[in-house]
Amino acid sequence: MTEKPNVTPTPEELEARVEGRAAFTAKTRGQLPKVYWAEQDPSERIRNTREVPFAYSAVEARAEAVRCLSCKNEPCVSGCPVAVDVPGFLRLVAEGDFRAAIRLIKETNLLPAICGRVCPQESQCQENCMVAKVHKDLGFAVSVGKIEAFLADWERENGVELPPVGPPSGSRVAIIGAGPSGLTCAGDLRRFGHEAVVFEAFHKAGGVLVYGIPEFRLPKDIVQAEVDNLEKMGVRFEFDTVVGQTLTVDDLFDEGFHAVYVATGAGLPYFVNVPGEDLNGVYSANEYLTRANLMGAYRFPEEDTPVLRRDNVAVLGGGNVAMDAARTALRLGAKNVYLVYRRSRAEMPARVEEVHHAEEEGIQFRMLSAPVEILGTPEGWVRALKIQRCELGEPDEKGRRRPVPIEGAYEELPVEIVIEAIGNGPNPLIPKTTQGLTTTRHGTLVVDEATMMTTRKGVFAGGDIVAGASTVILAMGHGRKAAAAIDAYLRTEAEQAVTAGATGEASA
Amino acid sequence: MDQGFRILVKKPLAENVTLYEVEAPRVARRHRAGQFVMVRPTSHSERIPLTIADLDVSKGTITLVVQAVGKTTTEMAERFEEGDSFANVAGPLGNPTHIAIPGKPEEFRGTVACVAGGIGAAPMLPIARAFRGAGHKVITILGARRKDLLVFEDRLAEASTELLVCTDDGSYGGKGFVTDVLKELIERRRAKGKDVDLAIAIGPPVMMKFCSKTTKPYGVPTLVSLNTIMVDGTGMCGGCRVMVDGVAKYVCVDGPEFDGHQVDFDGMMRRQAMYKPEEAESLARYRENDPSCMLQPAVAAAVSESQSPAEAQPAGRFRA
Repeated sequence: MTEKPNVTPTPEELEARVEGRAAFTAKTRGQLPKVYWAEQDPSERIRNTREVPFAYSAVEARAEAVRCLSCKNEPCVSGCPVAVDVPGFLRLVAEGDFRAAIRLIKETNLLPAICGRVCPQESQCQENCMVAKVHKDLGFAVSVGKIEAFLADWERENGVELPPVGPPSGSRVAIIGAGPSGLTCAGDLRRFGHEAVVFEAFHKAGGVLVYGIPEFRLPKDIVQAEVDNLEKMGVRFEFDTVVGQTLTVDDLFDEGFHAVYVATGAGLPYFVNVPGEDLNGVYSANEYLTRANLMGAYRFPEEDTPVLRRDNVAVLGGGNVAMDAARTALRLGAKNVYLVYRRSRAEMPARVEEVHHAEEEGIQFRMLSAPVEILGTPEGWVRALKIQRCELGEPDEKGRRRPVPIEGAYEELPVEIVIEAIGNGPNPLIPKTTQGLTTTRHGTLVVDEATMMTTRKGVFAGGDIVAGASTVILAMGHGRKAAAAIDAYLRTEAEQAVTAGATGEASA
Repeated sequence: MDQGFRILVKKPLAENVTLYEVEAPRVARRHRAGQFVMVRPTSHSERIPLTIADLDVSKGTITLVVQAVGKTTTEMAERFEEGDSFANVAGPLGNPTHIAIPGKPEEFRGTVACVAGGIGAAPMLPIARAFRGAGHKVITILGARRKDLLVFEDRLAEASTELLVCTDDGSYGGKGFVTDVLKELIERRRAKGKDVDLAIAIGPPVMMKFCSKTTKPYGVPTLVSLNTIMVDGTGMCGGCRVMVDGVAKYVCVDGPEFDGHQVDFDGMMRRQAMYKPEEAESLARYRENDPSCMLQPAVAAAVSESQSPAEAQPAGRFRA
């Protein structure tokens, strides 16, 4: 949210709103003030790794949910990649039936604590919210994400109900990658009764949720709680297993798996390719964030993995990862953090909330600036980033206006660290080591969009290895769709085996 | 599945150099010469790349030879005994050595000089074996600063057609540097109308740099095996990147072996030293928390010199 609260309701008003909720008409409902949530003060939070927004209280969540107009055509649902029944769960929250509300969400979304925090709601459910349309301001949309996070947290404190596991089907599925897509797929496969084994290269489950997204945006104990729940549902994890190296997809079939889901993500960082990138102090955002988050470098020397701490840092890029890297740099003690982006603010792909938080925390935005060269000291350490001012030219194929460098308009930012957050390519390890998989020219896997099956029978894929760099929720959506398709595939295969067996007996 | 990573054998090989035979059946089954593993000894440790020195597929074990330099490797040496387990071992990673002579047909059988400096002897073993097993003549040159720093002499002697040993101080084998021996070998063979068809150098960066410089004028193709700072070891972080012929390459997925004549060794050594102060701080802190420690002088030396792991090997006059 970027807007000033229209009117902040008092606790008494919130109580009154909840009590009198039945009396509102569509019109009066739409005019109810939004319930804002408190956030850690920027000057405080840059010195800790705690979450920025404070959670809604129960009455706040209920009062906010009362603002939902329960639109007949449910525009919010169509904005959600996994079609969560938003008006349905908001109605239950307003009633105070949190248990029923979280149950309803989990029918379609297994990981609400995560989605409530990292989904780009403003371009999904909340973008279509009629309350926002009434006010002609997206900031007034019902805070679906915050209520979702509240519910998930409430459930964690009041006892998590695990989805029922289906009767054993006798089929085994290998899931490659313990990121959001793999986790979702594994959970759903258990619901269908299949055995699900997740193979993970790192020593911990979560994928980008643990190595990429920082603690202050997604606390790691929340991710771990979700992983623990999956284990309780019977999902098994095998860590330290780099499929493509430790094992191949063929090995998995040989070991008796009946299907494979490839969810290895977009793990190959791009560099801008300017002179000076081999200087000491130049990081990919992947490396910087992995050191800080997964390896715990922000606790160095309690944890052994170091990350450079310097006063002046430049981050290249305008997406969520760039915001995460910039804000992590602040928390690692940087005094000046520049965010260097080639286009203007309007084109920035980062979530509005992240941009807003970064700005509040004092990140210095250098819009319309392209990196030209990284300058070093004689000893080979970064000393400055040379940038060139740009102006916006013609739109590119995606409709974003292309940055055109202005001749001679150079500037040097004095920095000791440069973090490149300009995107990631799909991880090539599986395509390289697996026969029968077709890739696009971008290196992503080709799949049948209805089933997520690759060009090889029994091998399914989803998440960033298919979509390129995308969102957590889309990756989860793929995982869910693939699980359903894998279930159908396994049942068909089993039936055919039975039929073939029967025919074989008859002819014998 | 609990993969174990239990240490079956731990034994000292030389000053600060320890051999670990570790249970890692999947790694052992897949491993080919030249590949490495990422090891995270404890749940608070860094992930460090270690090249596999030997393996026993029937026992499901791999052998790692590790020099205690920084905190992680020191902790491995001091806090782990036989029967203990490392927290994580992932691999095998990187590309296996291509067992062939560059620029020659696959069926060509030639002479390979395997030049091993210090504990570079350990990762060299499977490579020497693979070349010899494929029918090549393998002349191994093993060097160290002094006799008690030589490791794997017996294993390399067995794996090679011929083994030449040298020490900087002449305390064992010939007196001199591996580069001197390499140069002599090439000249001796050239004088007889023969050649060295491929040189492979594994050891401290300076040693690999000067081996590559030695072979360049003779036009002997030279492979070096690099061991840079890594986090994941699967291409995800890019921390291991090194300039090869002016292009950034990832040691973990493009390597670990590269054409020694194209590698920017100076740039690599500079990047290897990136965390020197942090490494020294970490080691010093580990020592402070361990008052019974008898190695205070070594810590003081490490702090003042702040050597990075890859540079810590004896390098003799190459350091100039």
